[in-house]
Amino acid sequence: MLTLIQVELYKIFRRPHTYIAFAAITALIVVIQTGLKLDGEAYADFIMQTIKQSFEFEGQLLNGYLVCYVLLQLLLVHVPLLISLIAADMISGEANLGTIRFLLTKPVSRPGFTLAKFIAASVYTIMLLLWIAFLALVVSVWIFGTDDLFIVKSNYAVQLSENDVLWRYAGAFCFAMLSMLTVTALGFFLSHFASNTIGPIVATMSVIVFFTILSTMSIPIFQKIQPYLFTIHMVNWKEFFDQQVDADNVAIAGSLQNPKKIIKSALVLIFHIAGFVGASVWVFRKKDILS
Amino acid sequence: MSILKVEGLTKEFGGIKAVNNLSFAVEPGSVCGFLGQNGAGKSTTIRMLLTLIRPTSGSVEIFGENLFTHRSSILKNIGAVIEKPDVYPYLSGYDNLRLFARLSGIKPANSMIMDKLELVGLSGRAHDKVSIYSQGMKQRLGLAIALIHDPQLIILDEPTNGLDPQGIADIRNLIVYLSRDRNKTILVSSHLLSEVEQMATHVLIIDKGRKLVDGPSASLFDPSETVVEIEAVNTDFARSKLLTSPFAGNLMGDRGNFIILKIHRDNIPLLHRHLVQQGVELIRLQPRHSLEDYFLQVTNDKTDAYTYTG
Repeated sequence: MLTLIQVELYKIFRRPHTYIAFAAITALIVVIQTGLKLDGEAYADFIMQTIKQSFEFEGQLLNGYLVCYVLLQLLLVHVPLLISLIAADMISGEANLGTIRFLLTKPVSRPGFTLAKFIAASVYTIMLLLWIAFLALVVSVWIFGTDDLFIVKSNYAVQLSENDVLWRYAGAFCFAMLSMLTVTALGFFLSHFASNTIGPIVATMSVIVFFTILSTMSIPIFQKIQPYLFTIHMVNWKEFFDQQVDADNVAIAGSLQNPKKIIKSALVLIFHIAGFVGASVWVFRKKDILS
Repeated sequence: MSILKVEGLTKEFGGIKAVNNLSFAVEPGSVCGFLGQNGAGKSTTIRMLLTLIRPTSGSVEIFGENLFTHRSSILKNIGAVIEKPDVYPYLSGYDNLRLFARLSGIKPANSMIMDKLELVGLSGRAHDKVSIYSQGMKQRLGLAIALIHDPQLIILDEPTNGLDPQGIADIRNLIVYLSRDRNKTILVSSHLLSEVEQMATHVLIIDKGRKLVDGPSASLFDPSETVVEIEAVNTDFARSKLLTSPFAGNLMGDRGNFIILKIHRDNIPLLHRHLVQQGVELIRLQPRHSLEDYFLQVTNDKTDAYTYTG
């Protein structure tokens, strides 16, 4: 099994198109960071526009933590496309190349082969997120410095103390990893049904877009199924940036407003990952290799 | 004991039987030429032997064990090339070979990889990316991959596809070398019947998924059963001379303008001399014993499957 995983990782990281996602992420983050560095005050004023009559903020509003939060909000919506480039190509790409014939004439079990491929795709996903974390958090902190994180939500604002932020980012990135692994598992599952690369990538994105639209529509019949859509749970990394208040409406440092919601969403995502991977193993075990 | 034993193998696709109750065996050290027209079921059979396709029914024993219950241990001793050997274009030939060797359960030393590339004539291009290889070079690399773990049974589906005449001869020589000098058992399907004829010790012919012929090549090409076609300027005169000759008993009949005889291959020069001495003006005297003739004969005149022995 270890050999299979090593071989799969070797193949992923020797493929030129693996690095498209890393290059795209780097370019996006650098452009946004440059823009904020050059004209960040105007952006900060825009954020504060709705609440500047009620609040007076002392310190550096546009700091590395805020930049990281902005970057995550922008990027995590689009990262599934970059992930599906690899995940949805894992089986269909081999079928397209014709290499699947050679691979399966080797003494490897089909379930082992499927799991090794999923693990390798997951490693890629995790590495991509770690790269995002490095650029969005470490580099932003280096460029913009640190201060309290001030987030304006739809009908309230949250101020998180500088000392209370890093663990939240750690939690948010871990949760985002779970979200992106769900996308990886979905793309991987769909890759079993095609012998071209484009089909499963488009199918993966279509499912995510379709579910996201259903998640946001306030039609009662859709609201009944919304709790079961994994897309609604994928965005709950943001819950790490909400905190509880005490009886005097004072924020409790180091608290989460709704930890149960985070745990529930994480469990739903884990259930989806297990479901997609289990289905992949089942489908591939019975699959005739005709390509 | 047979290296490979197939019993009642059947595969249906949507109610159509691509392979129909196929049974055959391959003996140790033999080269079995697996023949059939396009769509006969050769590739489906080979894919079932390699567990790429699940059979609808039937059993396959390799090295005396059931293929479907001892898949991994059996595949460790099989090397295969299925149709065109597709490999990873972004890796070099060397890296592809090392990768597939690891999947075969071995960690090959550099010298082992280079030896196999040398065997197939690719050592000079070992570190070039496969994306710039010709089809023939990919075919050779595929063979190296099939051989890297020193398997006992080698299954090759059209191994000479895309090769030039020299490449075809090289592969043929390699197959003969592996069989004779390394005692490998080889099942090889090919459209190049003349090539199969030169290397196969056994022949298996199928059509529409059913076995037509299965047995040693030596019996197929029995020299005492050589069919000879004679075309002469005056066919009636030639026939009359043959009827009064020692070859009268060998006459089988006419086919169009040809007179057909069945004689021992060694007697063909005598026949030729006799006819010339009798004043027969020969246009052609053609022994017909090639695998191609035999193949066309059995696939165009299909009767129940039969097995012949030498």
